[in-house]
Amino acid sequence: MAAITLKGLKKSYGQAHVIKGVDITIEDGEFVVFVGPSGCGKSTLLRMIAGLEDISAGSLTIGDKVVNDLPPKDRGVAMVFQSYAIFPHMTVRENVAFGLTISGASKEEKDAKVAEAARILQMEHLLDRRPSQLSGGQRQRVAIGRAIVRKPAVFLFDEPLSNLDAALRMDMRMEIGKLHQQLGATMIYVTHDQVEAMTLADKIVVLKDGLVQQIGSPMDLYHRPDNVFVAGFLGSPSMNFLTVDVTEVSGTHATVRNAALDPTSIEIRHPGIVAGGKAKLGLRPQYLNPDDPAGRLHGRVALTERLGSETVIEATLTDGSNLIVALARDAHFPIGQDISLGFDPDMAHLFAA
Amino acid sequence: MASKFTVSNRSGWLMAGPSIALIFGFILLPFFFAFGLSFTNQRLISPNPTEFTGFDNYRSLLGLGILTLEPIKDASGAIQMKDGAPEFPTVRSITRNNPDYPQYAGMREWFNFGTSGDSITYVLARDVVFMTAIVNTFLFVIIVAPLQGGLALGLALLINQKLRGINFFRTIYFMPVVVSIVVVAILWRIIYDGNNGLLNNILSALTFGAFQPVNWLGETSTAMGAVIAMSIWQAVGFHMVIWLSGLQTISPTLYEAAAIEGASKWQVFRYITWPGLKNTAVLVFIVITMQAFGLFSQINVMTKGGPLDSTQTIVFQAIERGYGKQDISGGSAISVILFVIVLSVSLIQRWLTRDKGAK
Repeated sequence: MAAITLKGLKKSYGQAHVIKGVDITIEDGEFVVFVGPSGCGKSTLLRMIAGLEDISAGSLTIGDKVVNDLPPKDRGVAMVFQSYAIFPHMTVRENVAFGLTISGASKEEKDAKVAEAARILQMEHLLDRRPSQLSGGQRQRVAIGRAIVRKPAVFLFDEPLSNLDAALRMDMRMEIGKLHQQLGATMIYVTHDQVEAMTLADKIVVLKDGLVQQIGSPMDLYHRPDNVFVAGFLGSPSMNFLTVDVTEVSGTHATVRNAALDPTSIEIRHPGIVAGGKAKLGLRPQYLNPDDPAGRLHGRVALTERLGSETVIEATLTDGSNLIVALARDAHFPIGQDISLGFDPDMAHLFAA
Repeated sequence: MASKFTVSNRSGWLMAGPSIALIFGFILLPFFFAFGLSFTNQRLISPNPTEFTGFDNYRSLLGLGILTLEPIKDASGAIQMKDGAPEFPTVRSITRNNPDYPQYAGMREWFNFGTSGDSITYVLARDVVFMTAIVNTFLFVIIVAPLQGGLALGLALLINQKLRGINFFRTIYFMPVVVSIVVVAILWRIIYDGNNGLLNNILSALTFGAFQPVNWLGETSTAMGAVIAMSIWQAVGFHMVIWLSGLQTISPTLYEAAAIEGASKWQVFRYITWPGLKNTAVLVFIVITMQAFGLFSQINVMTKGGPLDSTQTIVFQAIERGYGKQDISGGSAISVILFVIVLSVSLIQRWLTRDKGAK
């Protein structure tokens, strides 16, 4: 079992700085998800932990050893790749047993461990097939099987589900969650899919442009985002941001308004809010209520999408900006109708503009 | 209304026409001609009419006989001795004007074995030079195919790395392929020169003068080896490029997965690279085999089949006979024999390398 510490980790390709100093502490047995948009450096960071990319600066500790200069095999990690990377000319059994074959394990040991992995992943019936005869989900199981058979202290997943279709992705996501419960190993999981991040993680690391934006539990990040990027990245549909005028700051609260918004007092959680200045008001679509008699935001309906269980309304506010409202029920809002939206000021986020 | 394809049909044929005519005129027609001529006594230029001769050409090329001779016995039945060894009748006495052995008439000794004292077994051939050519060609193929294929793979593995200036090495290794084989052969004739050749000079410099110069192309024991070494060097770059293209089709993540699983360099080659190259390997070995069977230019430039027929090859014999001796029907028969050999070998290779796991 192993805890992992990243301290001031940097990666540059010549003049291109991809990872610009990352500090993360991962507890033993924790499920950590690196999430961020394409090109944020999350995969590079994972590959640095795996030992597939060398580390330009900083230190990486796995267990109690600094492993900066160790080759992948001496780091005690297993990795599951987005493209599965299973060996096309070997049967499933040979693929799963690959690490054991390499280390010269006996046939009995291999058979026993492969059987156990196959049982955990429910793929006993696939063992004698070749990869070309498997579906995408089955291939991913083989890749995971190859990873678990060696009982590594740390599992690394590089976008393992992005090549699967939506239904299968959900199944495999749950399987991976269960696998973590069963094995209790430290797992690091890279994805750009926030649903995977929210559902699987003990701890989410949000990355952007090679820098950590925020680290915390999924609900922490959802309810208390540190900045506009994190607030906008997590949650679907994503958070609405309105540019507002700060009319008054009194103690812990500020009063904000604009052409569409009635004056509202919001708690200040982030620095940079000054009276007379501008600010960004973040409102999650789910927390906007068109039925509130004390509606504070005014506009008209521009578009309604009815999904049965949910209704998504796009409203054009009186100041000309657009805003998304998500209702957890079916409702009909004719286009062009005037709409007033209420919200709980405690659920709103105020960021410096 | 006619489709666009039918409308353009005529221009299609017009465009394909020249190459179809050339392929027909220079490949298909000669191919069938060779079959036809090999059953006649046609000569390149001759006033006599052509006659159909059946398998005569093949018989005179491939005719073999086995002759076991007993020692000569005198009237009392005792073995006649000569210089302390039993005396045997000469082979010539059997094969020349001997009405008792019409089947051996005109044959010559190819090789013999069993000189234990009581009898000698001779293998006679109607055309000993052609038999030598067949043996030399097979020897060439058997040595060149694995060595050239293996060396090319080694070079491909070396240049399939991300190193500074790797393109320089790629160019260097590929250069001999671009140069005409005739030019290469002339250069190597100079390198192999017995008096002042580069090879002799290098070897003598490396051994501080202890090495005695060898006339590489002038001695029966070294001539074929010299041709083999030069041929391997010349085409190794070509096969290196084919291997390289095979190497680059292997997904890099497979290597990463292997690195994480802790595979050593050799294990990576054994479990990932080599299985990934299987189709390339089949291609490379079939191409090398075919090219090796066609060995001609090097021989023609460097040795002309000599010394003492030690570098005779099938194709050289075909040209020599067909054009040198103007016996075009004999040359055709040799071509047909080569065709049958190459076809059989490649069918065997395909059978050996078939995908056994395929369903």
